[in-house]
Amino acid sequence: MIDVFVTSLQNLLTLHHLSYMMIGVAIGLVVGILPALGGIAGMSLLLPFVYGMEPTAAIAMMVGLLAVIPTSDTFSCILMGIPGSSASQATVLDGFPLARKGEAARALSASFSASMIGGLFGALCLTAIVIVARPLILSFTSAELFMLAIFGLSMVGVLSGSSLAKGVAACALGLAFGAIGTAPANGGERMTFDSLYLMSGLEITIIGLGIFALPEVLDLLRGQASISSTGKLGRGWLAGVRDTWREKWLTLRCATIGACVGLMPGLGGSVSDWISYGHTVQSAKDKSQFGKGDIRGVIGPEAANNSCAGGNLIPTLLFGIPGSGSMAIFLAAMILIGLQPGPGMADPKRDLDLTYTVVWTLALANVVGTAACIALSPSIARLTTIRFVLFAPFMILIIVFGAFQSTRSFEDILALLVIALTGIFLKRFGWPRPAFLIGFVLAGQVETYFYQAVQFYGYGFPLRPIAVTIALVTIASLWFTSRSRQAPKEATVPGGITTDIDFEREEDETAAAKNLWPQAIFTIVTVGFFIFTIAEGAQNSFLDAVFPVSVGAVGLLTAAFVLFWQVRGATGRGPAGNVNFDLDDGASSGSLWRFVGWLVGFVIAIGLLGFTLALIGFFLTFLKVVAKSSWLQAAVLTAAAVGLVLVLTSILNMNLPGGLLQHYFYDQLVWPLR
Amino acid sequence: MTEFTRRQLLAAGSAAAALGLAGVRPAFSQASVDFAGKTVEWWMPFSEGGGSDVWARFFAPYLSKYLPGNPNVVVRNVPGGGSITGSNEFVARARPDGLAILGTSGSTQFPFLLGDPRVRYDYAKLIPVLVSPTGGVCYLPAKFEVKSPAELGKIKDQDLVYGSQGATSLDLVPMLAFRLLGLKVRHVFGMQGRGDGRLAFERGEATIDYQTSSAYLTNVTPLVEAGTAVPMFSWGILDAQGNVARDPTFPDLPHFVEAYEMMHGKKPSGVEYDAYLAFFGSGFAAQKPCMLPEGTSDDIVATYRKAFADAVADPELQKAKGDVLGDYTQAVGNDIEQLYKVATTIKPEARDWVRNFLDTEYQVKL
Repeated sequence: MIDVFVTSLQNLLTLHHLSYMMIGVAIGLVVGILPALGGIAGMSLLLPFVYGMEPTAAIAMMVGLLAVIPTSDTFSCILMGIPGSSASQATVLDGFPLARKGEAARALSASFSASMIGGLFGALCLTAIVIVARPLILSFTSAELFMLAIFGLSMVGVLSGSSLAKGVAACALGLAFGAIGTAPANGGERMTFDSLYLMSGLEITIIGLGIFALPEVLDLLRGQASISSTGKLGRGWLAGVRDTWREKWLTLRCATIGACVGLMPGLGGSVSDWISYGHTVQSAKDKSQFGKGDIRGVIGPEAANNSCAGGNLIPTLLFGIPGSGSMAIFLAAMILIGLQPGPGMADPKRDLDLTYTVVWTLALANVVGTAACIALSPSIARLTTIRFVLFAPFMILIIVFGAFQSTRSFEDILALLVIALTGIFLKRFGWPRPAFLIGFVLAGQVETYFYQAVQFYGYGFPLRPIAVTIALVTIASLWFTSRSRQAPKEATVPGGITTDIDFEREEDETAAAKNLWPQAIFTIVTVGFFIFTIAEGAQNSFLDAVFPVSVGAVGLLTAAFVLFWQVRGATGRGPAGNVNFDLDDGASSGSLWRFVGWLVGFVIAIGLLGFTLALIGFFLTFLKVVAKSSWLQAAVLTAAAVGLVLVLTSILNMNLPGGLLQHYFYDQLVWPLR
Repeated sequence: MTEFTRRQLLAAGSAAAALGLAGVRPAFSQASVDFAGKTVEWWMPFSEGGGSDVWARFFAPYLSKYLPGNPNVVVRNVPGGGSITGSNEFVARARPDGLAILGTSGSTQFPFLLGDPRVRYDYAKLIPVLVSPTGGVCYLPAKFEVKSPAELGKIKDQDLVYGSQGATSLDLVPMLAFRLLGLKVRHVFGMQGRGDGRLAFERGEATIDYQTSSAYLTNVTPLVEAGTAVPMFSWGILDAQGNVARDPTFPDLPHFVEAYEMMHGKKPSGVEYDAYLAFFGSGFAAQKPCMLPEGTSDDIVATYRKAFADAVADPELQKAKGDVLGDYTQAVGNDIEQLYKVATTIKPEARDWVRNFLDTEYQVKL
């Protein structure tokens, strides 16, 4: 064993290896900082170069990139509220409010230090576990993975905000959105409207951008001068590091969650992200600041997503089963350079030294990446002090560009628009968006593993020993949650149990509305959607119908419950209790819909003129009309935006989405217009 | 007699294709074709990192090396809709100027063969310039004590379990094969790839499995050496006459048709076998074709065929091919038409049989 360690260390600490790792780290930093370009885009950038490279150099470069992305993508989470990748959505919940309070610096340094500890701790765990990882992974069958998914769903109890009914309904809504597309059992198509686009389901990237990022941008547009409400960065680089040190046990617990979830093939980064966020909230004594800028809400998920990236390596290397999208490309690159992952990677007589080289490169790159991020932070954090109307079009551009990375078609942008409208209403009417995301992220796992577990083990599958253990943990976790939910003074409030955790309310002012009809109408639409889910689901064969019908039924019941209280309040027959929530009731800061109109206009212009022309038009008019820029300023900013997009498209070698113009005059147009 | 019918059909097809070639296409008229300074887009209806993507990226630099003028060859991924979207878009968009080629896989061919109404590409109209075969090995747990296909009869009444990616995925081939053999196999769907199926096998959940050649060599050989798994048969390849032959990677292992004979004492035949052959050809023996759009001029086609022939003959490619291409003979030059035809055609009655089978057994409506 010792000689394996020595060989790996020798491989690791050569100038050759280190310099390629640094190239990977540098690219990872850039890709991570650019919002909505995550590991998948970064790895696709490297793929053409990897081919023909010497294997260890190629691996050093790729691992360098993979290690640093979960750290560097925190910039966009915290500074702009745009999830940097699907594995860092939870960071937005508290990170962005911190930036808005003018505490961006503290949030960034806390998150980077947590990332680093997470990454190092993950690498340490993996070093110890590689040898026994095979039997460990093999002992987690579909039955255990299903129980883990249920454990994930139980976090909804913690993340539900003021009304449990709304939380469960929002989660059911997420599960129903996740059921769109081809069913895992018999391949029936559900809620696809015969569209090829919906056949493969909605992409998690688009869901994250639409549910979190766009509603925030549009909301900010109507009042705030800059992202940081104080217009300042705030002090506190050291304070952030101290925060992480104070929460060191939380950091280590979340790093463990991340490494374990990453180790299991088939769960993925977003699951570890949400479970660790749920755990952070659950284990905190004072929950009042979560969702409004609690530093722990940044530390937990950031520690988890770095160690998860390490954990993902294990199923990829030992079984050839990629744990995430970027791992799939890593695997492809390994095959291109002539390495076939398999059991040999854990065999001391064969390639174990290579595995250790990979794991330790990951650790080293984590440290280097963290140092670089901290060094870059002060200048990048200045973005939050820019006049927001000048910055907003760039954010909208980045979100739209990020969304169509999914399948590179116009439908991606349409899907983004629909999801963003859903997100706006969820936010406005106090339906907890984290619960929605948990539902969406786990929909596929819950359905597939349930079906497979029943097929392999019969209905007695929950009685398998590890499954029972996970079930007991879930029950214990629910019990703790319900205890903290029983705040005595609010126990009598109609509309269900309440807590002091409240994700959607930004200030302490009450969001109870006088006119309840707007929120009641949204609830009616939701009820209608659940009925549609049941009706659409039921048309499929039994196996494909079970999941959408049960999810629809749960959603229908809870949404109807919410509706009952809201209509009661709206018709003046009694108080609506804690389901009454409307951020926009009597709001003084101007209408959101004006800015939604801009977004819709942009999308329509893309549909007519194609992306490049629409982008130019959108930027110029927005900057002139909304930001009241001079022509010079508008022209310079527009040129910068177009330049950014064109450089990215040509490097990634993709076509920008076209509109009717491209449809009819494709041959007459040249890139970048087509 | 039926097996001969198919062979005759293939022979006739290839004869016609050869005639067509000889009659219309001049052997060498490439002087006019020059791609200097141009960019060739290799359309890929799958996302980055999939098997087909790796295949295209492997070939791209060699194609660039051997096309006149050494154009820049880039892979353009257009994923979504189970690869139907990208292929539809290629057919609608690509001009026959030699600057756009399409690479597909069995999962693009299957919906076409099954008559999926959303498919707008027609393989008969696209012009093949390269066809890459692949293969795989089917294996059983050692506990059944079945040592060769001749003893498969021992487990024909036993309930076997197979981890499948879906009834219309590439796993349709093993589904048809097991049925033809007369094995009672329950297909558990929802696997995310063959790796998931192998994991299920290693856990003891699945009791029959197959892996593609390279995955078999790295991941299943250790199980065979440890005495927990036993290889049964390979899918085999198609030779130049369109006959199923042994897989060059596994010369000692019987191929599926031999295995059938060892088990049943006669060759397989009938509409079920025709259906199996069509999907086997499309999913394995001729899995990845690279094509030019309809209407491409003959000299561009000839240029491409020569470029791929030269690329495959390049000792550097042969040295680097490793697991990407395996030991399989790449179909290039004028041999290509026949293999391509196998991958992209199915008898109408065989198609009807499969559609009906999928509908009645698995409620798959097409």
